[in-house]
This record gives sequence, structure tokens and C-alpha cells, in this order.
Amino acid sequence: MIEIVDLKKAYGDNVVLNGITETIHDGEKVVVIGPSGSGKSTFLRCLNCMEDPDGGKIIFEGVDIADMSVDINLHREKIGMVFQQFNLFNNKTVLENITLAPIYLGCKKVNAAKRKNFGRKIANVFRKEKKELLPVADKKQIKQDATKKAHELLSRIGLEDKANEYPSKLSGGQKQRIAIVRALCMEPKVILFDEPTSALDPEMVGEVLELMKQLANEGMTMVVVTHEMGFAREVADRVIFMCDGVIAEQGKPADIFENPQNPRTKQFLDSIL
Amino acid sequence: MGNFGVKIEKFIKTFIDAEGYKTVLEGLQNTLIIAILGLVIGLIIGTVIAIVKVLPRYKRTVRIFQKICDIYIAFFRGTPIVVQLLLGYYVLFPLLQIRISGLWVCVVIFGMNSAAYVAEIMRGGILAVDGGQLEAARALGLNFSVSMAKIVVPQAMKGILPSLGNEFIALVKDTSVASFVAVADLKYAFQRIGDGNYEYMVPYLVMALIYIVMVLLITAGIRAMERRLARSDRNS
Repeated sequence: MIEIVDLKKAYGDNVVLNGITETIHDGEKVVVIGPSGSGKSTFLRCLNCMEDPDGGKIIFEGVDIADMSVDINLHREKIGMVFQQFNLFNNKTVLENITLAPIYLGCKKVNAAKRKNFGRKIANVFRKEKKELLPVADKKQIKQDATKKAHELLSRIGLEDKANEYPSKLSGGQKQRIAIVRALCMEPKVILFDEPTSALDPEMVGEVLELMKQLANEGMTMVVVTHEMGFAREVADRVIFMCDGVIAEQGKPADIFENPQNPRTKQFLDSIL
Repeated sequence: MGNFGVKIEKFIKTFIDAEGYKTVLEGLQNTLIIAILGLVIGLIIGTVIAIVKVLPRYKRTVRIFQKICDIYIAFFRGTPIVVQLLLGYYVLFPLLQIRISGLWVCVVIFGMNSAAYVAEIMRGGILAVDGGQLEAARALGLNFSVSMAKIVVPQAMKGILPSLGNEFIALVKDTSVASFVAVADLKYAFQRIGDGNYEYMVPYLVMALIYIVMVLLITAGIRAMERRLARSDRNS
């Protein structure tokens, strides 16, 4: 699904990622752990080019998205992201938060297809073999579908009554679950979680983790940076321990937690457990 | 005080019997056209400049555009509006071979002038919006300009509304120099009334009153707008 080849990133002289090579498979749940400053968040943010890598490749669906000439926006549609600070749009209602991107991007594609068809129609007058016109979706339909889907997702997390509220009225846990739903509404191939529970009050961590577990059970590909070791143990197919910009150790959660090989992993796990 | 009474009588005579109010209404209309259209143009150009100025700087073209914007702002903030008007009316538009009336020269120049101020206000407003908002929009696959237009700028607007109100008030008052390029604005209208019988005291007093009333109305309008916008983010 995502193939990372020799990924490098530095801020000035501070080398944050020092050559990471890794493959994330279809349907895999990867949890990234490590001490703060180890580069795990930067690693995650490089996967959808929120941070532009300084070197290396990120191959998503066969395309190197680290290449600056690639239209990154097209690929980001398929890579969901959930942030530590939720980042719901404050000037939009919950429903608008969820449907904004699908509706806008859907309509944009319709417009592009219409433009292309117009060109083809004119060109077809002079062609012997007529080129077929592209199918054009109905914008109203796109809007209806997105709204319907948003309502379904909201009722799934039990927040359908909040559809027309603004984010400022919601609790942290509600905001984060809506942020996850917002990512889901784009039907992503993979979702990246950047410490999704770190900014939450303790009593709200559970509801967010519960939703993430549900997604995991449905087979969503997930890359999660987190300090929730319980979640890692329960859900992860693979745990990656990062330290000083490299992957120090990785393996099945049971192996990493019960029997760490690298002394740094041991030290880290001792310090937090 | 008897003298003053006579002056008022004279003014009322010119104002109503000699249809001086028509001149005033026309002046008021021109003043408002210049101020409102100026603000609209200023908002549009100013927002674009502000966005260019907050772009990440690692591309060369970006740095060049940012330099151009700096020069633009330095010019329009560094010269008096009268000088800009005269330059526009007697230099810029003749050189470009564009023939438009003084009123439209005023609209364009006042718009460009306020753009320089709006740009700085808007830049502050954009920087005050949490960076995560833009990140979230970009992560969903929206491109930079759409993310700015739909998410960041609307939130920035809310924060800078009071400053924008100040800018609009300043603009309304600045229009009093429009007569330099033969535009019959509010100040010019009262000057004409005074010219009629060489009696300036009352006309100019009334003129000041009209400006104050306009500014108070604008202030009230902005207050109302602020209250309405605040409703969406605070718990109503």
C-alpha cells in the first residue's frame, strides 16, 4: 500500500529522519511508538507529504508522492489524517466539516470532465473515429450522497443530533470522533493517526480508541502514532519502535512488549510501563 | 448671536430654496461610492497580498512576488493619498491611455490605497488562525487556495473585523480629498454652497456633522456584524 524508501528529513542541522525504509501492507495496522523527539510524528506527516521529505521515496499506489511534480492533492484524498488537536473547521458546522471536501472535490471533478467533454465534442467534429465522452456525474447527486453518508457515519458514532452544531460546542472526544468520521467520508485507503488521544481528557480517551478499534476490525489500513500501549498491544499487527530518526526495532506487539531486543526499546518500555 | 441666526437663515435658503441639497446628495453619493467600492477593491487586493505574504518562502517565484508586495505596500503607505490621486489622475491613467472620469480614478486609487492597509491587517488575521486548520484542509486533498478561501480567510475575517471597520472609517474620511481630481464629493458640495454667498461657517459645521453621523452609523453596523459572527463560535 505505502512503500517508504530511505526517507530523510532534516530541519536545518537537526536530522529528524535518517533513512527509513518500510512497507505498510494493505489492511495492516501499524503502531509507531518511541520517545518524544524520535521523529515518529514527522515520519507520519511525511507519509502524506504534510512535511516534504528531503530525500527518499514514498510510493503510494505505485506513484512516488514525494516527487514535487506529482499533484499531491489527488493522493491526499485517499490518505486520511487525524490530528492530535482534532482540527475541525471552526467556521463550519459538524455536517459541513464532514461533507465539505467530498462535495467540493466531487464537483471539481464534474467540472473537469465537462471541460474535457466540451473539447472532445469540438474535436470529434473533425475526427473520423469519434472519441467517447466521459461520464458526467450529477452535482446534486454528489451533494445528496455526501450528506447521506455523513448522517450515516454520524449516527454510527451516536452524534447525529450534533450535525448542525459548531465544533466549539463539542467535547474533545466528540471532536476527535467527528474528525475520524471526516476522514472516513473521503473513503480513504489508509488513515494516519497522529497521537489522536494525547490532547484528550482521560475519560474521553476510551470512546476514541473504541472507534479506532472498530475501524481496525473492519479492515482499514491504519498507521497510528500513539502512547496508548494497551491499544498497540490489542490492535496492532506490527509495532515500530523509533529512536533518533531510525527504526530501532519492530515486530509483533507481543514480541516487542514482552521480549524487546534493543536496549533502547527496553529502556523506553521500562520508563512508561 | 443674532449674526449666527442670520447665517443659519442664509444657509437654509441656499440649502432648500436654491436646491443646495441636491448638490449635497450628489456629493454624499459620490463619497459613499468611493468609500464602499474602495473598500471592496481593497479587501480583494489586500487579501491576495496578505496570502502571498504568508506563503512559505522556499520557492523563488514566491520570494519575488513577496518583494513586489512589499514595494506596493511601502509605496501606498509611504505617500499621501492626495499625491496618489494626482499621480493616478494625471500620470498613470493618461499613460495607460485609459479615459475614465475622476470618480472612477478615485475608486481605483482609494481601493489600491486601502489594499495596502487591509493587507497588513489581513496578514495578522491569517497568522492568528491556528495552523492546524490549514493542515486539516490540505490533508483532505483541498488545494492551497481553496483551503485559504473556504477555511482560513473566513476565520481570519472574524478576528480582524474591528480593524477593518477602522479602515473603512478612515476611508470615508479620506474621500474628502476627492475634489483634487474634480470629483464632487461631500466636502466639495458644501464648499459650493458656501461659495454661493461667501458664507462658510454653517455649511462646514453641517458637513462635519454629516461625517460624524456617517462614522457613527458605520460603527453601529460593525458592532452588529461582530455580534452576529460571534454567535457561531461562542455557545449562543
